[in-house]
Amino acid sequence: MKADTRNASIAAHESEGSWRTTAMHALPFVTVFGFAAIVPMVTNDYWALIATRAAIYWLLVSGLNLVVGFAGQLAIGYVALLTLGAYTTSVLVSGNVMPLFAAFGVAAVFGAVFGVVVGLPALRLRTFYFAMSTLGFATIVTQIALAWQSVTGGGIGIAGPEFPAPFNTTTGFFYFCLGCAVLGTWMTANVAHSRFGRALIAIRDAEVATESLGISKPRMLVAIFVLAGAFAAFAGGLFATLQTYITPDAFSFDLSVLFFIAILIGGRGSILGPLLGTVILTLLPEFAAPLAAWSTFLYAVLLLAVVLVAPGGIAALLDFKNRRPLQTNRAIIPRPALLPDILSRERAGANIALRGITLSFGAVRAIDGLDLDIAPGRIHGLIGPNGSGKTTTLNVISGYYAPQSGTVSLGGTALEPGRPETRAEHGIARTFQTPRIVGEASVLQNVMVGGTIAGQGTLVESLLALPRHRRDERMLEDAAKLALRVVGLESLAPVRADRLQHSELRFLEIARALMLRPQFLMLDEPAAGLSVDEIARLGELIREISRQGVGVLLVEHHADLIFDICDQITVLNLGRTLAAGTPSEIRQHKEVVSAYLGG
Amino acid sequence: MLASILASGLAVGAVYALIGVTYNTMFSTSRVMSFTAGQLGMLGGVFGSLFLVRLGFPVIPALIATLACCAVVGVVTEILAVRPVLKSLDQHLYVLSTLALALMLQQLTAIEWSTEPQPFPKIFGIGSGVFDEKFWLPIVACAATLIGLEFLYRRTLIGHAFVAIAEDNFAARALGLPERNLRMASYALAAAIGGLAGFAGGQLLLAFVANGPLLNFYGFVPVALGGLGNNRGAVVGGFALGLFQQAANFLVGGIFSSVAVFVMFIIVLLAAPQGLFGSSSARRV
Repeated sequence: MKADTRNASIAAHESEGSWRTTAMHALPFVTVFGFAAIVPMVTNDYWALIATRAAIYWLLVSGLNLVVGFAGQLAIGYVALLTLGAYTTSVLVSGNVMPLFAAFGVAAVFGAVFGVVVGLPALRLRTFYFAMSTLGFATIVTQIALAWQSVTGGGIGIAGPEFPAPFNTTTGFFYFCLGCAVLGTWMTANVAHSRFGRALIAIRDAEVATESLGISKPRMLVAIFVLAGAFAAFAGGLFATLQTYITPDAFSFDLSVLFFIAILIGGRGSILGPLLGTVILTLLPEFAAPLAAWSTFLYAVLLLAVVLVAPGGIAALLDFKNRRPLQTNRAIIPRPALLPDILSRERAGANIALRGITLSFGAVRAIDGLDLDIAPGRIHGLIGPNGSGKTTTLNVISGYYAPQSGTVSLGGTALEPGRPETRAEHGIARTFQTPRIVGEASVLQNVMVGGTIAGQGTLVESLLALPRHRRDERMLEDAAKLALRVVGLESLAPVRADRLQHSELRFLEIARALMLRPQFLMLDEPAAGLSVDEIARLGELIREISRQGVGVLLVEHHADLIFDICDQITVLNLGRTLAAGTPSEIRQHKEVVSAYLGG
Repeated sequence: MLASILASGLAVGAVYALIGVTYNTMFSTSRVMSFTAGQLGMLGGVFGSLFLVRLGFPVIPALIATLACCAVVGVVTEILAVRPVLKSLDQHLYVLSTLALALMLQQLTAIEWSTEPQPFPKIFGIGSGVFDEKFWLPIVACAATLIGLEFLYRRTLIGHAFVAIAEDNFAARALGLPERNLRMASYALAAAIGGLAGFAGGQLLLAFVANGPLLNFYGFVPVALGGLGNNRGAVVGGFALGLFQQAANFLVGGIFSSVAVFVMFIIVLLAAPQGLFGSSSARRV
């Protein structure tokens, strides 16, 4: 009861603080859009047209930003979707097929569909293939616009859609586009600050880890391809209106380059950065008229410079709060006493059982007929020399490797081999031998990614910041803060994760795994790189985790830690069980002592 | 009609195949797919036209000068856009750096050369109709390149060194192979192959700056079909693509032939992500 009131008062205090941080986040955007809004009042129509163009570009870029900046998918041909939207609206409106706004809706649907079609290779293949498929799409769309004369007017072109009053003047249309841009910013910012946005960044920087957290990359990507495609095609309709008359020449590949580079110059994983990037790149040719012919060349030089010199882009330059030095002699003090708060759940009490697992890589038998049981509430140590199959075993259980024969089951139900993304829903969490975290995200965000599948709201609810989205966010943030207090990293919550020490990353991964409220926790060499004190605290933490009813599988080289905390030990050699038993039995085992423990 | 489909299909197919080989040759020593591959094909045509028409070189010196210029571009690619990002291959920065360089090459050509297609002269003047040299020249160039590469990889020391690096970079370096110089050499070689593709296909595609992105895509399709790093796959894929494209062109018209190629590309990628002839894949965990 006491704890509840304390939590409530903390929550109230924090909601006040979070209101202030929201205002701080919004301030730069309000400034940019505020400046844009007074452009038609203080300048002439020419600048209003330029500002309109910037707003339209930004509407497209804001959606594309989720694809490129957040999910890290290198879509280089998005001008194709702009073209698609422009021609769809123009053809439908000028052919009197349907009224203006319905035509924009149809264009957005087309954009969404083609956004997904072009994105399909990204779901299964390397980055370069997706870049190529968007490039190929951009090439053929222009060719089609040129060749399909009966519909698109070919090289002669077609009239763009006309807006009704009050949007049919330069100023009126500008405010309409600015409104769309503001709306687009708000919606993509909502997604970016939701569990979806964090999962996208995690897919970009730590894809393997997202699978163990139950995040489905294909579903995530398809959702944002739909969004970005719809935004781009809608922007295309506005673009056609702005041009009043469109020909295929208006959609040169240079535009694609502008969109793409605006995001990279702005900085990945940011919204303000790409917004500034778009504004700068749109205005640049206006201020350097003699250089207009060279603008794409300059963009390309900028791109190369950003990639080689400042991969963080504008956003990294504006990130003042992460320049403050961190306290140097900080210690990690976990609080195992808080574990019941985070781990309380119904426990089924079933075992994970491995039966007759074999797995070869080429001629090497990594696992050779292994049986293993992991019981809830017990710590099971897995030791053995290098190459004896410890991590491979862990990867088989968590689904990264499909064994050639044998089964992995949980309480009688078989776990699907080779499907790592299915493990999280069974309550099986893990950490990695080399910590897989998102360096550019904060520690808190890294932990919040761990609870992605606990969220209830859909992407649409996040897009519009509906109540369920806000409840999810509060729930995830509270849980992540609690998990950080458990492992003793709460003071580092707002810090960029790549500034942490190696030992802190190990505890960070444990906090992230705890977000799944696991039934089973598999730790792959959690003590590697830790100091003696830290190992002792880690041991205490692991023991307390198992006391909450969690089954722990511990792969480790530190014999002291293993013999100290394990209830059961399996010794592997060449993929087979050399010995199994309690720590005291293993200590007596002759072969183990001579082969592995020494002495 | 069948004869002209075959002739033009095999001819453009040979150009696509050679660009595919360019991708593969760059990939083999660096694990990098470079967007400059298609631009090199474009440059081969542009340099060829420059030396043959504007500067009036005879054929052989013009060819040598074209290949040399392209090789220089290849080495510049390696130094500027590939070497600096090799440390962090998993972040795919090479996609951006090579794209930036490709765009620079394209813009430079557009401004300094021309944005309109420029003529590419007849070289030998042998054959007419479907046996016109513009059809057989790319095929001969493709065959010669393949035989040359096969000889290089199997019979020469430097070829063995290329294969060693492609097979296992770390082991090759441990053996004391000059990995960096070999990588530069392979980029020069790849660039020369790309340049040859543009030169041999010059009469077909003209010296046209817009060929760059086009060849980037159509040269990549055979690589995707044949599997990364697999030259024979790329050649088979290239000819198949050329024939498919030209057949679609004659049968259903220009608009739908590019749609057909794109659809085929997506379907093949989804059905056989490693290409139809297989390629290597990396361990993830």
